[in-house]
Amino acid sequence: MDWLLIIKSLLLLGGLGLTLGLVLLVASQKLSVKVDEREAKIRSALPGANCGACGYPGCDGYATAIVAGKAPLNACSVGGPKVAQKIGEIMGQDVSAAEPRVAVLICRGGKNEAPYRFQYRGAGNCRQAALLLGGPKACIWGCVGFGDCVNVCPVKAITIGENRLPVIDEKRCIGCGKCVAECPKNTLILIPRTKLVYLACVSHDRGKAVKDACSVGCIACGLCVKVCPVSALRMERNLPVMDFEKCIDCGICVHKCPTRSFIDRAPGRPKASINPRCTGCGECIKVCQFKAIEGEPGKHHRVIPEKCIGCGQCVLVCTVKAIDLVGALGHSVKKV
Amino acid sequence: MNNAKIFIAAFLVNNIILMRFIGLCPFFGVSTSISTAVGMSAAVLFVMLLAAWVSWVLYHVLLFPLGLVFLRTAVFILVIASLVQLVEMYLKKYLRNLYSALGIYLPLITTNCAILAVTFFNINYKFNLLQATIFALGTALGFALVIILFATIRERLEDAPISPAFKGYPIAFIGAALVSLAFMGFTALFGIS
Repeated sequence: MDWLLIIKSLLLLGGLGLTLGLVLLVASQKLSVKVDEREAKIRSALPGANCGACGYPGCDGYATAIVAGKAPLNACSVGGPKVAQKIGEIMGQDVSAAEPRVAVLICRGGKNEAPYRFQYRGAGNCRQAALLLGGPKACIWGCVGFGDCVNVCPVKAITIGENRLPVIDEKRCIGCGKCVAECPKNTLILIPRTKLVYLACVSHDRGKAVKDACSVGCIACGLCVKVCPVSALRMERNLPVMDFEKCIDCGICVHKCPTRSFIDRAPGRPKASINPRCTGCGECIKVCQFKAIEGEPGKHHRVIPEKCIGCGQCVLVCTVKAIDLVGALGHSVKKV
Repeated sequence: MNNAKIFIAAFLVNNIILMRFIGLCPFFGVSTSISTAVGMSAAVLFVMLLAAWVSWVLYHVLLFPLGLVFLRTAVFILVIASLVQLVEMYLKKYLRNLYSALGIYLPLITTNCAILAVTFFNINYKFNLLQATIFALGTALGFALVIILFATIRERLEDAPISPAFKGYPIAFIGAALVSLAFMGFTALFGIS
């Protein structure tokens, strides 16, 4: 046996390995990059759902963006206030929590409201059905109803209802926005969870064209824009666009809309009631858009409960604080 | 063989990817967009040249005189792995964008057979250091040419109406085969075989 050869081999390989190892050691210290330990901490504070609702590719991407100072600390709507606070502690900043959002369907045209134009026998998913003449439903703008959103929902909050429209379980919805991205017709949006009123129609047609296609579609009459007390609505391409910052959830648009295209998420609304402080000035009668207050000048006024929708506009104008909103089931009246 | 012929042989006639079928993994992996293809080519060029030099010197200074030629695979792998580590550290510090663009394919250069192949060819063809350099340069540029060329094709394939069964890798393989056939046209160019 050639012992010398073995020893030479061992020495060569060992020596080479050692040398290269040392070179790498020196290099790793010279070329070291500071990896921010906050990044790892933030990553572990995040929910890890990798849903992408924050706008970054997964929780890792979001954590990197936070440390780089490119992302807001409260963009994680899944984690909500708790996670935002944790991240705030790690980054040493005060944060207000991300506004929790909820996905809502902005189309009411089920198979009864918007009948089928033809029988569709293709693949049972929205994306493909929508490609064929805009989908089988009479309204080409609205929900196709094959439930692509159901499949993509990570928390199984969506089911297809009897009317062939998706029904969203608001308690389960985490507001990640995956369904919003999936819908080929853009009939799903995320709204702030605290907001109650939204428009549920996506048809950019107007007047008769909408009426022919769907019995609950917005005909773009613009009445809602006129009646909104805070100018939160404006017409854009034949649809009222809601400014959720301005909206006070009074619900006037919901009741004024001739096609009932608005949806009110409130489980119940209060009614106005006038107490004996009333001086009969008549301001409330002027402001009420539903003629729900009656009474002669100078005398105690009265609310007609059947007409009152509980919008609270009279409360705002009453100079002697004689009006209260009462009887709200699960509904708290917001200070305006 | 003169230097120009060595270069053209490595660059076109015996192209490392399309004629020798070496380095196919990064070829399909990073040819999805031109920017990553360019980055990968640059990394390969750099590592390939360094590896060619270091391995050539090691072979002629240590392995051959000591009669330890049989150890060349182990030694070359060791050298290449260390070089890749070094390049990775360098890119991470100074060229962060390129580093994140290359992603997993940078550490994969370690096992990129194209690099190892070049170090072996340098020895098998009995090149001197200058010839080895030219050969490595030609091979790396040939790699770059093909991978960037193919990235342009694949960017167009992305938008092409291809049936779902062929979308993605299948059509890429078919395309690669066709490009390879085209490269066979270079055979015996300038009398190089």
